[in-house]
Amino acid sequence: MRILFKTSYDQDIRLFKDWHQGRWYLLLLLALLVMPYLVSTFVLGEVTNVLIWSLAGMGLMVLVGQTGQASLGHAAFLAIGCYANAILQTRLGLPFLVTFPLAGLISGLAGVLLAIPTTRLHGIYLAIATLAVSILVEDLIVIAEPLTGGVGGIMVPDIAIFGFNINRYGNPFAFYWVVLVVALIVTLFYRNLLRAPTGRAFAAVRDSEISAQAMGVNVARTKAVAFGVSTGITGLAGALMGHFIGFVNHEAFLILISIQLLLMVVIGGLGTIHGAYFGAIVVVFLPQVLAFLRDWISQVSGVGSIVIPGIETAVFGVILILFILYEPRGIYGSWIKLRTYFELFPFYRRDMFRRQKSYLKTERMR
Amino acid sequence: MDVSQLLVSGLANGCIYGLIALGFVLIYKATEAVNFAQGDMMMLGAFVTLWLTNSDQLGLPFWIAVPLAIAIMGVIGYLLDLIIIRQMFGQSQVAVVILTIAIGFVMRFAAGTIWGHEPQSLETPFAGKDVTFGGVILGLDEVTVIISTVLLTILFYFYFNNTRLGVAMQASSQNQLAAYYMGIPVKRVQSLVWALSGMMATVAGILYAAKGSIDPSAGLLGIKAFAAAVIGGMGSLPGALIGGLIIGIMEPFAAYYIAAGYSQIAPYLLLFLVLVFRPHGILAQVHRKKV
Repeated sequence: MRILFKTSYDQDIRLFKDWHQGRWYLLLLLALLVMPYLVSTFVLGEVTNVLIWSLAGMGLMVLVGQTGQASLGHAAFLAIGCYANAILQTRLGLPFLVTFPLAGLISGLAGVLLAIPTTRLHGIYLAIATLAVSILVEDLIVIAEPLTGGVGGIMVPDIAIFGFNINRYGNPFAFYWVVLVVALIVTLFYRNLLRAPTGRAFAAVRDSEISAQAMGVNVARTKAVAFGVSTGITGLAGALMGHFIGFVNHEAFLILISIQLLLMVVIGGLGTIHGAYFGAIVVVFLPQVLAFLRDWISQVSGVGSIVIPGIETAVFGVILILFILYEPRGIYGSWIKLRTYFELFPFYRRDMFRRQKSYLKTERMR
Repeated sequence: MDVSQLLVSGLANGCIYGLIALGFVLIYKATEAVNFAQGDMMMLGAFVTLWLTNSDQLGLPFWIAVPLAIAIMGVIGYLLDLIIIRQMFGQSQVAVVILTIAIGFVMRFAAGTIWGHEPQSLETPFAGKDVTFGGVILGLDEVTVIISTVLLTILFYFYFNNTRLGVAMQASSQNQLAAYYMGIPVKRVQSLVWALSGMMATVAGILYAAKGSIDPSAGLLGIKAFAAAVIGGMGSLPGALIGGLIIGIMEPFAAYYIAAGYSQIAPYLLLFLVLVFRPHGILAQVHRKKV
């Protein structure tokens, strides 16, 4: 185990704890950079999908993990980002480099607008309010047919950057680079946000609103900012998702997607950037793994192909139940435990990560 | 369409929403957990009844199948709390929400695998018959729904005020620690509350299936019932019923008077407005937190 000897206060908020940690992330970045040359186009597409879902996950993570505000409505902001991006491109003919940030901005503003009336709500009530918003937006897409194409849907054009046409199938490499660059920028932004006073205010609001207020944090404004940042990032993810799918209608943003997003960040590990990525990996690769297992089982047992509809959500649900019961900090939590075990070997104790329970806290008293 | 017919069909739907919402509120009051799987419990209850009574399945007489189904779902509710939810004792509300969503996923899958994903109808003695009441023709199924809900409400009122267990449930919902000191086995009472709300969900499911058909995704109705619970005020039993009735009555009128597409957003718009202007529902039960 490395003991970090701190010699200045700045060390507490450095981007990387020390040079070793930085080196690992550099290696990860290198791996991501050479990835397209090593894997098949199909896998590259899936990795691109993982990155897009991680973006959406990071958006939600700012709100749920960092600020402690549960949202069951983020599919609505995926939709807003996606439609804003597509409509600005097709109707106004604006280039991708303009519409993409605009999509994030519009989605973020929508989030702030939502935050203004809902910042008074707590916990479960907020979750319900956002759930209602998700359903409302889903129906609004159908109603606003002249703009969104309604049930018929809308074609999302190729990404065009300085005359290069980037299509998921035509040139998956370029699409991967675009998504990777966006993911990198957002991750850096997220990491820096956590180091800044705003991020500290988020954590204060999450841990106790009353103490945050006592420390001079403007709770309502902090929540509104968190909503704006969160929905803005999610909007960016939505815009990329639109380009990735190529054709969207209201069914791409059902309420189940909202729920899945929330479940995803919980499986990954609440409150950590890693968690968003881990969760996205599970969400994207779970169907593939299940399909693979199914083929394997039918081969071994000699029975014809078994098709069980809905098995993905069920397995997802079971995984989630197990995680919440036995590992509430998600995949990232297990990773930390594993690492600590080896770092402290043989001095690791189970109690080191014991959960704190509070039996007297009641959410009815607010 | 006659206004009174709209009203009755709205009332019948509202009663079902109200019954599901009652299940939510029961659990919320007693354990502070929000059970997002309540809609799926309703669906499961309906399927269990269907399995027991339909002629192509076990084919038991309806009036034997119903208590049996209610008992089975009560046991399932009890076990659900005993095995899974009790481990969450003392943890954050949102974690329980996510847990119950996941449980709902699993229930939906189980029902879909066992009974198929196609809509099926429940064979009941009161399906498809009409009654004339004051010159208005009403479906017997709708009248049954309304009457059963009224009876259940009266039953619950007496249960909570006049029986030992009902009072114990009230006590442990108001203050778990104090109830524990008074010798109430709080954990077991909480499991019993889960059993009770499982039973209630079954009744709602039977009534729902009797009115139309049931398929595994019917559990999504729970979201609407949830809206009802919030509109009425979580933590208030009469509030849940009122919220359910409001949403139920609103729907057919909105569908009749407002253009299609706009009408279905009415309940959620109302939910949103209630949350913004009266965050804890119409019959609120919230006290300010003192540090």
